[in-house]
Amino acid sequence: MSAVRITDLSKSFRGGCRALDAVTLSIGPAEMVALIGASGSGKSTLLRHIAGLIDADRHAGEARIDILGQVMQSGGRLSRHCRRIRAEVGFVFQQFNLVSRLSVMTNVLLGTLGRIPRWRGCLGLFSAEERNQALDALRRVGIADVALQRASTLSGGQQQRAAIARTLVQRAKLILADEPIASLDPASAVKVMDALATINREDGITVLVSLHQVDYAIRYCPRTIAMLAGRVVYDGPSSALTPAFLNELYGSESKDLLLGPKACKPADEAPYPAELAYVR
Amino acid sequence: MDPLMLFKYGGNIVEFGRGFFPPDFTDCRMYLEETLVTVQIAIWGTVLAIVCAIPLGILCSENLVPWTVSQPTRRLMDVFRAINEMVYAMLFVVVVGLGPFAGVMALWVHTTGVLAKLFAEAVEASDPRPVEGIRATGASWLQEVIFGVIPQVLTLWISYSLYRFESNVRSATVLGLVGAGGIGQVLWEDVRGFYYAQTAAVMIIIVIAVSLLDLLSQRMRKAFQ
Repeated sequence: MSAVRITDLSKSFRGGCRALDAVTLSIGPAEMVALIGASGSGKSTLLRHIAGLIDADRHAGEARIDILGQVMQSGGRLSRHCRRIRAEVGFVFQQFNLVSRLSVMTNVLLGTLGRIPRWRGCLGLFSAEERNQALDALRRVGIADVALQRASTLSGGQQQRAAIARTLVQRAKLILADEPIASLDPASAVKVMDALATINREDGITVLVSLHQVDYAIRYCPRTIAMLAGRVVYDGPSSALTPAFLNELYGSESKDLLLGPKACKPADEAPYPAELAYVR
Repeated sequence: MDPLMLFKYGGNIVEFGRGFFPPDFTDCRMYLEETLVTVQIAIWGTVLAIVCAIPLGILCSENLVPWTVSQPTRRLMDVFRAINEMVYAMLFVVVVGLGPFAGVMALWVHTTGVLAKLFAEAVEASDPRPVEGIRATGASWLQEVIFGVIPQVLTLWISYSLYRFESNVRSATVLGLVGAGGIGQVLWEDVRGFYYAQTAAVMIIIVIAVSLLDLLSQRMRKAFQ
């Protein structure tokens, strides 16, 4: 059973902008996959479809998304059970999307909403066991010491790790991360990517992470899916993504994707030649 | 209209003004009791309105419910808000009889209309991203509202409610004019009976009470920001 299976997914936004064009792909359980592409190539739109936050075009035939063997949407209509399926899918956003006025602990506990009885969720009555799970999750991502602070007082990297802790408490079997490191400094970015990689390795959770820096994809993900103008233009091992190949895929746009290496190296080093940029 | 009348009959006006001095505080105890009733009318009217305005305000918010729900709710709130509380008070005096209850009902209905609109505006200006974060955990619609929207708008809601409470205390002092209880009723009877010294005393008490409550409410609003 694949973790994600997408068949013939297309999406146009109002104004005729075609965000996704007949995307078909499949991701196996416990894979860690990078989704690369310049901004506007459809990465976010694809991830939001998988999470069931938006629906596909209705007129474009039998677009279908299966998550862990359950239909999330087909023919442009979300499944009636989309909330139940969402509970098994963790989503990490570029802007963290925590509730800034609530404590970090409460934010993480909100991950349980999809699996505890509804009335208890509405009243915010979380059991001692759930609180312990939340604290464990915060410990795993290394921010247990700020559990009682308001989310708004945390740095970007800490907030993103809190968001990852929320997906852990959610017991998600699949984590979708939409540009999780795009608004972080390099040191925080490494911590966030390490947290995702650890979860993938230790818990066997499938991770699909969109990035616009190829070097992170090569460093953390064995497989990469590359997108251009709403289409999948490459799907295969990340090791094949040489600068020459990227140039072939993206032409002059490939420069944007290659800007990444600067972020990964200490600041005092001289700039890499492009060929050496992917040395781990 | 003849503004010169003010000068022509200036003597009458001075005599009329003189009637207010010195203020007659003989019935001070009764005035204070009636002022308390007025404040109670304002409190009940506001509290009941807040309780109703929370769900109604959410149902008015276009970012939370489909327009088929928000538009009818908004129009209903327009009706509640468009008619002045004095008019409602006159109607409720007929329905529930003379006395404070009619005043409470009047403030309740009018304030619900006002607060629902203000609450909805706060909700519509809130950040959608945390709500989406909660939706992604598989939470229900109600849970999205409770944990995603309300924490964002709560301080604003409290601030609006306290401000409406201030306004309602002022409104409640005149509701008595139509027989809806409180110090307004005493005021009206004194004016109609030409008891100007007593009228002056009542007005002084109203000014002091309204000022004190304004100060208190302002303090509370600051504390919640």
